[in-house]
Amino acid sequence: MIAEIGHFALVLAFAVSLVQMTVPMIGAHRRDAQLIGVANPAALLQFLLVALAFGALVWLFVVSDFSVKLVFDNSHSEKPMIFKISGVWGNHEGSMVLWVLILALFGALVALFGDNLPDTLRARVLSVQASIAVAFLLFILLTSNPFLRLDPAPFEGSGLNPILQDRALAFHPPWLYAGYVGFSMTFSFAIAALIEGKVDAAWARWVRPWTLAAWLSLTIGIAMGSWWAYYTLGWGGFWFWDPVENASLMPWIAGTALLHSAIVAEKRGALKSWTILLAILAFSLSLLGTFLVRSGVLTSVHAFAVDPARGIFILGILIVFVGGSLALYAWRAPLLKTGGIFAPVSREGALLMNNLLLSAAVASVFIGTLYPLLLDAISGAKITVGPPFFNYTFVPIFVPLLCLVPLGPLLGWKRADVKAAAERLMAAAGLAFIACLATFAVAYDGPWLAPFGMALAVWLVAGAASEIAWRIRLFSTPLSQSLDRARRLPRAAWGTALAHGGLGIAVAGIVGVTAWQSELITTLAPGESAEIAGYTLTLERVGMRDGPNYEATVGVVRVSEGGRDLGILTPEKRRFPAERQEKTEPAIRTNGFADLYVVLGEPADDGKWVVRAYHNNLAPWIWIGGAIMALGGVMSLADRRLRVGAPTRARLRAAPAE
Amino acid sequence: MTRKQRRATFIFVSLGILGLAAGLVLFALSDSVTFFYSPSDVAERGVAPGERIRLGGLVEEGSFQKLGDATVRFNVTDFVETMTVTYRGVLPDLFREGQGVVAEGAIQVDGSFTADKVLAKHDENYMPPEVAEALKKSGNWQGEGAEAPHAETYGQGSYP
Repeated sequence: MIAEIGHFALVLAFAVSLVQMTVPMIGAHRRDAQLIGVANPAALLQFLLVALAFGALVWLFVVSDFSVKLVFDNSHSEKPMIFKISGVWGNHEGSMVLWVLILALFGALVALFGDNLPDTLRARVLSVQASIAVAFLLFILLTSNPFLRLDPAPFEGSGLNPILQDRALAFHPPWLYAGYVGFSMTFSFAIAALIEGKVDAAWARWVRPWTLAAWLSLTIGIAMGSWWAYYTLGWGGFWFWDPVENASLMPWIAGTALLHSAIVAEKRGALKSWTILLAILAFSLSLLGTFLVRSGVLTSVHAFAVDPARGIFILGILIVFVGGSLALYAWRAPLLKTGGIFAPVSREGALLMNNLLLSAAVASVFIGTLYPLLLDAISGAKITVGPPFFNYTFVPIFVPLLCLVPLGPLLGWKRADVKAAAERLMAAAGLAFIACLATFAVAYDGPWLAPFGMALAVWLVAGAASEIAWRIRLFSTPLSQSLDRARRLPRAAWGTALAHGGLGIAVAGIVGVTAWQSELITTLAPGESAEIAGYTLTLERVGMRDGPNYEATVGVVRVSEGGRDLGILTPEKRRFPAERQEKTEPAIRTNGFADLYVVLGEPADDGKWVVRAYHNNLAPWIWIGGAIMALGGVMSLADRRLRVGAPTRARLRAAPAE
Repeated sequence: MTRKQRRATFIFVSLGILGLAAGLVLFALSDSVTFFYSPSDVAERGVAPGERIRLGGLVEEGSFQKLGDATVRFNVTDFVETMTVTYRGVLPDLFREGQGVVAEGAIQVDGSFTADKVLAKHDENYMPPEVAEALKKSGNWQGEGAEAPHAETYGQGSYP
């Protein structure tokens, strides 16, 4: 019964979306208040219906109703509750329902809190948003119905892939989807603006919180995914340039560019049509990511044959939305008035430079991800584009960008004094230089690029600090006055500094792991020891342990450094009888500056065990940096100017000047 | 600076970055892509020793041996040609005899293959599509069975 209610709710949500897509659009065109008025209740109703369907699905998983095929395929009665729930989106059908749920949620938020939007704009935004819902609800109903029944109902489910039974991964997809789908909001705003033919500062101000929210969610989602890959896959790597990862990285970079260009559009009225284009691109890349992951086209074009209907359906959605929006852009964008001339050396110029480099970076990831598919389709040759490709393309484009990051916020609008900005960065440059020399002195036998990487990291962090120091006139006025200024600094300024500083910390982590990772592969009998990076690992014994839905072989590894005992690490190999699969569980010991990472491998024939260990310098900083970046996003989002929403003209003038 | 000069500066800088990016991409594509071959492909085309490739096929039944010191040896086959692979390290959880596998590494002068990365897919029902295709080409395709829920796995791509 619950499954049928869920299914029915989805069908109703589809019908409501059809109304929401058409009626308000016509209403906005005719300026008919009654038709426009349909938009808000429709958006709320659509959200309630999708939430009902999603709730039904969660319920089915919680009570382990194996008469539903999806629950049977992806759940098991003995699975811990958290993984029963995360199993809802740990599969194709359920994750698409989650996708639509977030989409509907954002639409409902606009309906609830969009009072200060002009009626016609809000109607059009909700109408465009509904058109996306129509496409994806139809996709779910026609090709991926999550509520299919099995008859007769099996007694037990076949379990969830053990690799997905993980706490970080349980919440990785919702964040990622919130990011992907968040860009649907900026997309809807962009399309609505193109239809209206008007982009002004107020429009840019409405778009920024949505971009920030999407960017922030995507940052958290990507960081979680990378952290999960790090501690669960047993390779000690944090980023594999895997197509699935690239699919999430591309909208993130485009979103970062959009975040910056929207500032120019808001403050200076320039780069308007470019901002619109970026909004379209960011969502197109999100759709592309969904398509790549959901269609199975990624590993090979062959996978299309597994379920051609799904792949082709999403490809159809992709073509209609991307093609349609770009065509609309080509037609309407020339109507947008451009304004705000600026000199090449200015805040606008720096942000434009940021956009150019980020776009080039997106392009390189795009080519690296899709070229193998293209080549396979054309010539049938199978190639892999791995880390070396991205080291040659992405890194050289990103490094100059990172070098310019601290400079941008210190430049004035319109026309800037580079000399003055450079003077404010003298301290940061000095620190970076010292970091370079110090790294070289300590790790003189490491890769020669590493000291420059560390210098870059210090440059970013110190540069972010310099900007705040300059803004609050630190050292040039009495300290109490500086603190007072710091209190009154807009939160967006703190957000910028945190995001840029966090980037620097993440860069340090990436450089550390890449340049100074030590690796040890050996076989140890119980009682034997091996050395890695100054630590002594002793395999004391190997035992067994029962988990809730698995049994584990546990290696007890004692760690000591120069005779000093540092405790034990317990890497595991878990066997999941329900899923008939194994999963390696590395053990990690961190001191905040480096991780000691131990994996228990297979038993060798002579009673020994394969042990693999890594010493990853600065590894935790990658995710600490990511978290600080996300925190910067939260700070910016909490900025008064964004919270109060779009200002009236008078309030715009009253807002604190930068 | 006049408006014209400003515009020229922007166009110049944009083209510069575009050119730089295009140059980097072309260079990287010519230099750093890895081809996927089945054992038959290797026999047919001849791969120079030292060239980095991905070798895909099934792990031949009964061919797996442990050589000690964390080193293993197994045969990768597409039922037409077979190649011996040596690998030092921890094998992925889903590595099994008779299952699909992708080994990344290079052919040695003596004709054996030394892998520094071995990938098996997350899902036991799932065969890497490249392997499936290679088997189809060599006429040894037995079908993947009714279940192939690989697209449901996160990060299925080429994670180890």
